[in-house]
Amino acid sequence: MVTVSASADRIAFQPNWWARAGWIALVVYIFYACSLLDFTWARFVVGLDNGARFIGRMLPPNFSRWEILAKGLAESLEIAVLASALGILVSLPIGLLASRNLMPAWATWPARLLIALCRSFHPVIVAIVFVKALGFGALSGIAALTVASIGFIGKLFAEAIEEISLKQVEAVRATGAPFMNVVTYGVLPQVFGRFMGFATYQLDSNLRNSTMVGIVGAGGIGGALFAAFQRFDYDFVCAMLLSIIFLIFLGEVIATQVRAVFLERGKIDEE
Amino acid sequence: MTTAALEARIWRRFTPAQRLARFAVYLAMATAIVVSMQTVEVIPEFLYDAPEQMADLLKRMWPVAFAYYPKGVHEALVETLHIATLGTIMAVAIAFPVGLMAAHNITPSRTLNYIAKLLLVSSRSVNSLVWALLFIAVFGPGALAGTLAIGFRSVGFVGKLVGEAVEEANEGTIEALQAVGAPWLSVLAKGYWPQIQPAFWSVVLFRWDINVRESAVLGLVGAGGIGMALDTAMNLFQWDRVAMVLFAIFAVVIIAEIGVTAIRKRII
Repeated sequence: MVTVSASADRIAFQPNWWARAGWIALVVYIFYACSLLDFTWARFVVGLDNGARFIGRMLPPNFSRWEILAKGLAESLEIAVLASALGILVSLPIGLLASRNLMPAWATWPARLLIALCRSFHPVIVAIVFVKALGFGALSGIAALTVASIGFIGKLFAEAIEEISLKQVEAVRATGAPFMNVVTYGVLPQVFGRFMGFATYQLDSNLRNSTMVGIVGAGGIGGALFAAFQRFDYDFVCAMLLSIIFLIFLGEVIATQVRAVFLERGKIDEE
Repeated sequence: MTTAALEARIWRRFTPAQRLARFAVYLAMATAIVVSMQTVEVIPEFLYDAPEQMADLLKRMWPVAFAYYPKGVHEALVETLHIATLGTIMAVAIAFPVGLMAAHNITPSRTLNYIAKLLLVSSRSVNSLVWALLFIAVFGPGALAGTLAIGFRSVGFVGKLVGEAVEEANEGTIEALQAVGAPWLSVLAKGYWPQIQPAFWSVVLFRWDINVRESAVLGLVGAGGIGMALDTAMNLFQWDRVAMVLFAIFAVVIIAEIGVTAIRKRII
């Protein structure tokens, strides 16, 4: 018979009291927050009842007003394409200005502040301000999504530039090339593949948001969607949602293809 | 090969197929931009008076109505934070089983993997505003719809990354645990969990940061939070109050981002 050693009472996995306290705190928080926001079981049950009726009214999807649907989707697509193009164009110099390895501090600070400002508001909130300034319609949507694109691409572009190898930059500089040539031949070739990755990702993201900015009147299918919700026109809502999901899915497939074309080495930048 | 032939060779960075593919992408981009510019409906009159309107807007926004904060903004702001936090917790609770179902080394069934991936993709392809509209139709306006919207939108994001982290886990630890006869729950808790923990916390924090931004918008469609205060102020054309709300959102988003970055640095 094997004799049990002296350390028989040794526990393989010590209880972690901090983790247990964390779990208790989490449960307490959930109950506190739920009571604060007035979530009750009764509401949930009533809602489930509503939900069944809601789904019943959504089916089958009603595609009979496909002209409105197609027009809205086309406008969303146009907004996404133009906002991405404009946003990428503007974020190139801003991203370059914000990269700390190429630019002095007096240039990077304002550029970084601008990028942070563009990133901190949701596109729909930015769209509200532009709807006031530029009026209802696609133009406000384009402007709002351009701002969002500058925030996203500017930040990632600056980070990509900060990670480049400075050897090539120095080599180009050593030949006496002026600054613009250093950028074109020393910096851009190193970041171009990744940049195309961000750009396609941003196009994808703009496409998602361009279907939403219509809620505040900035063009695209969002306006029709919101109106249909308020009219309880749920079968048309279902048709629009299915088309939006299909469009976004298609966009994602195309974006993956484009990224594969420009992929040199390393992996595809995921969400 | 003679030196002349060697010198005559032309070196190119990309193969012809690569160049053709790139050219096709550029062409498609240019076409898309040109077609969009020609077909998009822009009313030029609106563009002409844009600077005037913008100046008017800024004039109405100034001075910012800071006095309005304790009365109308503070409560809504706290509600927004609760919506974001509860939504993230809910998303994690749902995303864990679905993410495990999507990982092929935990769930050996291909069909189940596909079902889980389909669930995750459909959660991600519906915008949180659309989720909010759907839940408002079901549960009525208010924070409940907002929390569910945030939760359902985040499931796809968290679940996908949890599934990927599990798939990348080192098999050695798992086999050691299985060899001593550990039940599968113990394998999960003591084999996989410590390995995915850093990735998990960073994903959760990142998503919470995104959710704070998104929950600020949900109120525009009636799903609770600070967006409701924004909507009310806008409908009444009280632009100084709008400026106050925007300032509050900006401050919270910046503080959340700084906090998340600091915590992530300590964890990873």
